[in-house]
Amino acid sequence: MSDQHIKLPEGSIEKQTTTLNLGPTHPATHGVFQNILELDGERIISAEQTIGYIHRAFEKIAERRPLYQITPLTDRLNYCSAPINNMGWHITCEKLLGVQTPKRVDYLRVIIMELARISDHLICNSIVGVDTGAFTGFLYVMQYRELIYEIYEEICGSRLTTNIGRIGGFERNFTPTAFEKLDKFLREYPKVLKEFENLFTRNRIFMERTIGCGPIGAERALNYGFTGPNLRAAGVDYDVRVHTPYSSYEEFEFDIPVGSTGDCYDRFLVRNQEMWQSLRIIEQAVRKVKEFKGKDAEVFHADVPEYYLPEKKDVYTKMEALIWHFKIIMGEIDMPAGEVYQSVEGGNGELGFYLITDGGRTPYRLHFRRPCFVYYQAYEEISKGAMLSDAIITLSSLNLIAGEMDA
Amino acid sequence: MALTNEYIQQRLTEKFGEQVQQFQEPYGMLTFEAPKDLNLKVLQFLFDEEELKFQFLTDLQAVHYPDNKGRELAVVYHLHSLTNNVRIRFKVFTDITTPDVYSATALYSAANWMERETYDFYGVNFIGHPNLKRILNVDEMDYFPMRKEFPLEEQTRVDKDDEMFGR
Repeated sequence: MSDQHIKLPEGSIEKQTTTLNLGPTHPATHGVFQNILELDGERIISAEQTIGYIHRAFEKIAERRPLYQITPLTDRLNYCSAPINNMGWHITCEKLLGVQTPKRVDYLRVIIMELARISDHLICNSIVGVDTGAFTGFLYVMQYRELIYEIYEEICGSRLTTNIGRIGGFERNFTPTAFEKLDKFLREYPKVLKEFENLFTRNRIFMERTIGCGPIGAERALNYGFTGPNLRAAGVDYDVRVHTPYSSYEEFEFDIPVGSTGDCYDRFLVRNQEMWQSLRIIEQAVRKVKEFKGKDAEVFHADVPEYYLPEKKDVYTKMEALIWHFKIIMGEIDMPAGEVYQSVEGGNGELGFYLITDGGRTPYRLHFRRPCFVYYQAYEEISKGAMLSDAIITLSSLNLIAGEMDA
Repeated sequence: MALTNEYIQQRLTEKFGEQVQQFQEPYGMLTFEAPKDLNLKVLQFLFDEEELKFQFLTDLQAVHYPDNKGRELAVVYHLHSLTNNVRIRFKVFTDITTPDVYSATALYSAANWMERETYDFYGVNFIGHPNLKRILNVDEMDYFPMRKEFPLEEQTRVDKDDEMFGR
């Protein structure tokens, strides 16, 4: 132990390191998970993670539920960007059932998913700011997350766990108010994001705190199964939206920002840049949606009577609609047997759904590929040898969401 | 030349002959299976081969088929070749009394927790895993909850008529 930092007096206790429990309910972990750190002074020798504190057995529950009743479960994975999870699940179901969605639905979905991505990234980045000691940025962007939630509210009625959309489309068309709020967001948010960047990007204190903190190289990141902004910060331009496009993403023009060192600063910059790209995508999508005129502008779902709930006024007046309504709500429709893997680019990376059906009314097996769960195992390697305060920033800049990790 | 499913199948058959079998393409993804003691060899081959380079482990999980006598548990690997942008699915079947499968942690660091999760829920014993213990459930648990013999709802309930509402 030549690099011993603290010299203990003669005759003191043998153990010269400190064990520190970071979590499970520690304000700096931003979620319920535990790190058992072995510290030599302030330097981390080893870190052991314990997760599973909010494990809710979603995969088991899903085996007894029809497709619709699984959507609320997906909400609770990454609750910072719930609409992406919902859409991912609907896209998986549509792939299994062979449903073709109309173009307008695809564009509306893109709008919602990119809004969710922005709300996810802005929380993560501003929390990195809070953990480095800058609270102001957090307050600046927070009211725009509120505005995003109001847009969700306008579309589906709820805010955090949205349960948005249906198999084949949306539950209702976007109202004019939703578009108004969207325009307001597109008009005002760029200025705020610019100001947020001005606060942090070239801020000496912030740079000193984050550059070189918690780095991971491209090769290790790939081997650890990193995806999303964390992988791109390490310099790999892998993005599910581009590599296996879903929901008509191939029609949009956007860049994939990449970093080089994979440290906290790069992750921060990549997330910021992705918000700009998301804004670009939303603008294009809104333009595309507004091109639909007349009857085409009324389309908000595909024609799948077996899975799409009939209109409420038909349920009360038409026998057939009532029967379908009952069958869908009770989950009495047999699914085709099959095996599907579908992934979407979630807030944290590749969110995958592996669905096996045997022809019954419920999935035979459903597995969520949760990006958080996959990359959190690299935390020990990343934080080894770092200072305790750096480890905390690393934790928040990886954007670990306990709900997603534990499923 | 883009990497096609036929080409991957051809390369695998060249290398492993009849042992790699059951080639299917559900929803466009090449799916095949191999005997369980060959799993590492197949993964290594897919990892190393210049034209294949399946170096990204997307997902790893198990499925329980209680009616498949002798091959009750399936361990499913989803692999992604990022250079070619092709995904494949690779399955290994094992019986439930000795669910021993070689661990892929040496090839993919990502397999570490995925295998722990699979062990946690299905009891697949990954040989060579550095730290095979429960991850999401409590350490004291003495069964593997995702297996099909543990039904979600209590089976003694009589107030539910399965004929009308069961699923």
